[in-house]
Amino acid sequence: MDKPTRQFHVRIQEALNDPQIRANFRRAMDGLMTKRANMFPDPDELERLRDLGAAVRRNALAQLPELLERLEAKCAENGITVHWAESVDEANRIVLDICRRHSAKSVIKGKSMVSEEMELNHYLGEFGIEALEADLGEYIVQLAGQLPSHIVMPAIHMNTRQIAELFAEKLEGVGYIEDAEELTKVAREILRHKFFDADVGVSGVNFAVAETGSLVLIENEGNGRLTTTAPPVHVAVTGIEKVVENLADVTPLLSLLPRSATGQNVTTYVNMISGPRRDGERDGPQEVHLLLLDNGRTRTHADPELRQTLQCIRCSACMNHCPVYARIGGHAYGTVYPGPIGEILMPQILGCEEVGALPGASSLCGACGEVCPVRIPIPKMLVRLRKEAVDNTGASPVKGGGAQRSFSEAATWKGWEKVHASPALYRLATRTATAMGGLPALGPLKTWASVREVPKPAAKTLHQRLEERGNSR
Amino acid sequence: MSRSRENILRRLRDSRETGAAVGRDFTVIEDLQWSGDEAVARFTGLMRAVNTEVHETTREAWPAKLAELCAAKQVTRLALAADTPVGQAARSVLLDTSVETVAYSRDIEDWREELFFQVDAGLSTAAGGIVETGSLFLLTGPDEPRLLSLVPPIHFVVLSRADFANTLLEMLRRHGLAAGMPTNVLLISGPSKTADIEQTLVYGVHGPRQLVVLLTD
Repeated sequence: MDKPTRQFHVRIQEALNDPQIRANFRRAMDGLMTKRANMFPDPDELERLRDLGAAVRRNALAQLPELLERLEAKCAENGITVHWAESVDEANRIVLDICRRHSAKSVIKGKSMVSEEMELNHYLGEFGIEALEADLGEYIVQLAGQLPSHIVMPAIHMNTRQIAELFAEKLEGVGYIEDAEELTKVAREILRHKFFDADVGVSGVNFAVAETGSLVLIENEGNGRLTTTAPPVHVAVTGIEKVVENLADVTPLLSLLPRSATGQNVTTYVNMISGPRRDGERDGPQEVHLLLLDNGRTRTHADPELRQTLQCIRCSACMNHCPVYARIGGHAYGTVYPGPIGEILMPQILGCEEVGALPGASSLCGACGEVCPVRIPIPKMLVRLRKEAVDNTGASPVKGGGAQRSFSEAATWKGWEKVHASPALYRLATRTATAMGGLPALGPLKTWASVREVPKPAAKTLHQRLEERGNSR
Repeated sequence: MSRSRENILRRLRDSRETGAAVGRDFTVIEDLQWSGDEAVARFTGLMRAVNTEVHETTREAWPAKLAELCAAKQVTRLALAADTPVGQAARSVLLDTSVETVAYSRDIEDWREELFFQVDAGLSTAAGGIVETGSLFLLTGPDEPRLLSLVPPIHFVVLSRADFANTLLEMLRRHGLAAGMPTNVLLISGPSKTADIEQTLVYGVHGPRQLVVLLTD
């Protein structure tokens, strides 16, 4: 087993052995599943909406290069500067350049998974620029020096007691207060001053509209609006796949996303930005930048099946409904995007050497595919990516395809194939197995058998029994 | 920079079989319709469910209601748009009260500190209400600054029932926004909230703690 895979297994084991993680995730995921179900009382309406949501995303991906050019032109018309980055390094440099041009000391951030992908906070920190997360969950996770464990609820792995301890330890003059409302108040006060002082606001984008050159952001707290309105400069970072063709296209996605994610019919704020402050306006940033990041997405786009990964609107319903995610939590995956979507997305971004084992962390129960609001066939793609990870053609379209291929596993299956292709070998094998009363629990089978009953072969093979009954040919 | 742009676009073009558009059928959204009373009941119900105060009033009576609410909530300084009918009506009714009105007629740079730390409430005009989700629809511009509905702890909004639309889709079409968008289009559905601490719902994070809708005829 390669090192990253072994580490993945260790993290899984640690998570499974941690009753706090098990309890925090179980409670949260049960709540989210119930809330989502309550939001879609009419199954017919849900299926029609999913059809429309999927069509909107498929349409965008079918015309992706044209729509990106159109988005760029419309944004330019609106006064938004568009930047393109092939890699996270390039993306980070672009953000740094903008910050430097404005002599920025402090950056305030709205929630953005792409900025997590870029590890932007860390990067800016190395150049002496403080990047502070303003979404409460992200703020908590940043304070704890951790990564988000869920893409919508970043601090879901912690309970109130743990957060109270964190605040008391890390924040000057703050005592231990085990009360969500009081803790929120503390964060609000601190962050309000940060908003007031911030030189640059960095946000993500939920949807970018090519038709109007608009950036659509959704959130509940108001930090996203402050980030994009209060500082003199706003930088929005997003993946190239987030574009949609028309303004109308955002409406089914806005209907599906919050209901699928947190069981809300709408988020508190839907914020559509179409440019910096115009003549006569009293507030809003003087400059707005849009950064379009590739980071492996063009490669994914090239394969018609894998391309469906790019339909994702980052709602988190797949992880909320995943029996594996609910038990091991988000950190066990060790990647920016956890859960089923992470299992199919991360190998395509980071490659199979690093994270080729991720698609194995699934029972293929199919729940993720059933709840996906834009109909990504996640279970099918998990199987596809398992195949790519052990590819032996040398022509895998996935980065590092074949990296998880092991000699012993391949030899085992080769043997299995031979036995099943030859009647003589098959009979010999089954007769030997029945004669021995089963396979010896050695190697991987020993581990497997430690928590399971090893099936015992019958005393006689089917062939033997039929021969005895005289029914044999 | 342009090199990355060309590379990305070239890779996207090289790799695909067709660039044909995919049809989208919006009837599932267009089918959503509520009649007059039903619409008001749904809108107010949804808004109240997320802790919004909704006061049903009239075109004539809302300024008096605003004055009454300001007194009850101990608002001493209210920021408002200088040149809108709503702003002007509020100013004239509050003239005789202890509430000081602050017109948002300067650039934010000139009074950031004041707006952030010394204003109790903001008053704005909603361009409409969305019945499906119970959302206020705000179009910002020179007369409706963006921070007015965001920074002060209390946000008052005047909305007319005549400006209801069934869905966001209907509203976007009614205003012809596909042809051109204002700098900022907003949907607001309740006071600012979070559930990031163990899924406990808390109102009033970075935006207003209270959202108060004056719903007129």
